[in-house]
Amino acid sequence: MNASLYNTIGQWWYVHGLPPWIFEAAWMVAMAALVTVFVLLSVLVLVWLERKISADLQSRVGPNRVGGRFGPLQTAADALKLLLKEDIFPAGADRVVFWLAPFVVFVPSLMVFMVLPFGERLAVNDLNLGVLFVVAVSAFPVIGLIMAGWGSNNKYAVLGAMRAAAQSLSYEVPLVLAMVCVVVFAGSLRVGDIVAAQREGGWFILRFPLQLAFLLYFITAMAEVNRVPFDLPEAESELVAGYHVEYSGMRFAFFFLAEFAHLFFVSAFCATLFLGAWQGPWLPPAVWFLLKSYAIVILIMWIRWTVPRLRIDQVMGFSWKLLVPLGLAAVVLTGIVKVW
Amino acid sequence: MTTGLTPTEHITLNMGPQHPSTHGVLRLELELEGEVIVACRPIIGYLHRGIEKMAEARTYPQVLPYTDRLDYLSSSSNNMAYVQAVEKLLGLEVPERAKYLRVISLELNRIASHLVFLATFANDLGATTVFLYGMRERELIMDLFSMWAGARLTQSWIRIGGVGADIPDGFVDQALAFCRLMPKRLDEYDRILTGNRIFRARTEGVGILPPELGVNYGASGPTLRGSGVEFDVRRAEPYEVYGDLDFEVVTRPTCDCMGRYLVRMQEMRQSVRILEQCLKRLPEGEVRAKVPRVIRPPEGEAYGRVESPRGEFACYVVSDGSPRPARVRFRAPSFYHLSVLPRMLQGWKVGDAVAILGSIDIVLGEVDR
Repeated sequence: MNASLYNTIGQWWYVHGLPPWIFEAAWMVAMAALVTVFVLLSVLVLVWLERKISADLQSRVGPNRVGGRFGPLQTAADALKLLLKEDIFPAGADRVVFWLAPFVVFVPSLMVFMVLPFGERLAVNDLNLGVLFVVAVSAFPVIGLIMAGWGSNNKYAVLGAMRAAAQSLSYEVPLVLAMVCVVVFAGSLRVGDIVAAQREGGWFILRFPLQLAFLLYFITAMAEVNRVPFDLPEAESELVAGYHVEYSGMRFAFFFLAEFAHLFFVSAFCATLFLGAWQGPWLPPAVWFLLKSYAIVILIMWIRWTVPRLRIDQVMGFSWKLLVPLGLAAVVLTGIVKVW
Repeated sequence: MTTGLTPTEHITLNMGPQHPSTHGVLRLELELEGEVIVACRPIIGYLHRGIEKMAEARTYPQVLPYTDRLDYLSSSSNNMAYVQAVEKLLGLEVPERAKYLRVISLELNRIASHLVFLATFANDLGATTVFLYGMRERELIMDLFSMWAGARLTQSWIRIGGVGADIPDGFVDQALAFCRLMPKRLDEYDRILTGNRIFRARTEGVGILPPELGVNYGASGPTLRGSGVEFDVRRAEPYEVYGDLDFEVVTRPTCDCMGRYLVRMQEMRQSVRILEQCLKRLPEGEVRAKVPRVIRPPEGEAYGRVESPRGEFACYVVSDGSPRPARVRFRAPSFYHLSVLPRMLQGWKVGDAVAILGSIDIVLGEVDR
């Protein structure tokens, strides 16, 4: 997190002659705990927000009982309910794979939060290959989805998992291309450098060819988090619930958590890459960062509750026939502008 | 499409009887090759209650509430078909006011049913918001129903010889207010759904029902009119006061899901038109003809047919001169639409299956009876 805090405590530790590895380990655990708590709290807020936004769009009221007029504790109550539910293994399930899948999905969704800059030097670890790390780790959960689909021994789940795999593979390509544009412009894979580059010349969304990259990123991000119009892996009206159809209780909650954590991450990363991350006047950096992230989150939710769902071949066609060529064009264009 | 190198195995997917998009307890046995549907077998009967047989043990007025439970989204059409058949047997002449009230009931029910279609069809395609929009307006109609019948779905308000009771005070104003509101709301649906690129991509050219095939399978109603066949019982064999009313029979030549959807959307506008005419012309007078306490129609048979929101709904009644019908048989349009469904599904994907199934707008209550 904060390098100066790390240094201060670290020095104190060394001065008193304590073994350094304990400090290192404790620091890592503390950071991991901090990120986890932050993500869990964010998910609680996001689920509540989603309910309220969808209710507003659908001329309903939404949660309005638990914890006051606007139902702020509704999600906490639901989470508690899920915790208390029976842990069911369906007959004929591959028990190990079934058991493991939620974690394979959930852990990478948490890991990517490591590089998010909540303020100047306020990231858990500003890796020098930060963008690459994000691409690599956020591609990982799809393995968990396939495991969930396969391990459930359910045809709907398998279909959902296949869709998830196909969709994830197709949309990763334009997503990476969009990120490449940003990396080319900033000249670094380190997230901190990308933010710094935006401080000098303005937000990347305002620089000429990067609007295209922003658009690409935004669309593919929606597909990455399986939101309408790209929610085919779970397509409620077609596949009932897709890959997590057999999951209940806490295991289901893990998928749910991962989904919302990922939603928040892609929005926050979008704010980082294109909207200048934590930079802004008057308010503290962390507040700016959250404001920008939530603006993107709300935009994604808004779209989700407005449009219908595409069909699987249309989703594939959209990516390979339109987004990938557009992405390549964006990279070339960015390169030309940069060299100019 | 096997390459010949690796034989692919078809998987059989049971869609239903508990599935969010089968609109009731329908089971579709889909044979899939990947996501593509190779064959489909609709399996029905989960909602069978033996209504036709039960009717043989009830007196004529007692059968009426059973008909509510056939097509539960438009109970007045069912009531109407049965009542029409019995009235033909009895040779009853219904007062003019009752005829108008019946048409008002039928058309309100048509709008309510089409709104459910809109809501569920949109929901099947993933547009969850439209689902609630459709239900919101339907609620206004339900309020009107409960004003005159006390019930929302199972009205049994159209009775042998007329209607159950006259409309309460203030009904006409409230119904007219609804008629003024509805076109605006229909424009709203068009704005959010009809022109949407994704919605069009999902419905245009999907689930083709060629007109000949539809006619051969006995399809009717919006499902057939979406294939360009201009057939509407209200026009072909006018009952009640439909002959005097001014309305269009909407057709679409495209034969696809979009065509069927647009037919229903336009029909709602036509229904509003009919409602306005009826509410303005509504004559004074009795609402029920003199009907004997115990109904004993003379020996014979009669056939009542109406245009329900789903298609041609008909009722065949045989009388042996006793107070109970000797045989009652219903022609449920959804049954015929369901039998042509496998032909429409072939070659489409699982995602299209729900769209096509939604576009023929079946109600399992009348399929299984």
